[in-house]
Amino acid sequence: MKIAIMVNTGPYTHQASDTAYLFASAALRKGHEIYRVFFYHDGVNNGTRLTVPPQDDRHVVNRWSELADQHGVDLVVCVAAAQRRGIMDADEAKRHGNNADNLASGFRISGLGQLVEAAVQADRLVSFGD
Amino acid sequence: MYEEDGAPGGIVKKIAYVNRRAPHGTIYALEGLEVVLIGAAFDQDVSMIFVDDGVYDLKRGQDTGVSGIKNFSPAYRALEMYDVEKLYAESESLQKRGLVVEDLIVPVEVLSSAEVAELLAGQDIVLNF
Repeated sequence: MKIAIMVNTGPYTHQASDTAYLFASAALRKGHEIYRVFFYHDGVNNGTRLTVPPQDDRHVVNRWSELADQHGVDLVVCVAAAQRRGIMDADEAKRHGNNADNLASGFRISGLGQLVEAAVQADRLVSFGD
Repeated sequence: MYEEDGAPGGIVKKIAYVNRRAPHGTIYALEGLEVVLIGAAFDQDVSMIFVDDGVYDLKRGQDTGVSGIKNFSPAYRALEMYDVEKLYAESESLQKRGLVVEDLIVPVEVLSSAEVAELLAGQDIVLNF
């Protein structure tokens, strides 16, 4: 089955992002396709490479990056939601005159059309958090 | 702004956007509306359903001046131009909050809770905000 995932909450405060990751991993193990993971609302905070959780805890952001690296999963952060919350890649930082960028490896920034397109193309859209 | 993908491959799905929260207090109503407006480019079969505190999203005469938060409620009037014309409000939610359709900024069809459930059951995609 072709599955699209929507993540609506940031890491650590809520477990929804962990659950989304575990669901995606399990689906891949079972041979399903993850068409895209779309990060919206505070979910865009899953895409910052600057998180440093305690070493004895899971690293939520790196786990997503590894999923993209190992399985080619398309991780898309909503541009409008990201701009509000200070998540940007190098191009965005340049465009807005910011002297830093923080998008984690394996993520890309794009528009809300990517959410609707994924929902239309996939067999199921599964959303996590609020 | 970023280029959005065009309508993919002629597929038309039934998409329901369920608005459950008040216009302010959280960003969900605003960011939900943004999905609907951008998503309109995909020419899908779209319904917007307002339930619980979501019926307040459409309340006329909102004034957010003191809070410093943008009053985006006039944007609901633009939905018609985006061909988003199926707007529904749940009657129980309106009644509990002392609202009638005349209080709302755009025309809606009022559905009972059971009718909303039936509408949702017939959708391909349901997005909650």
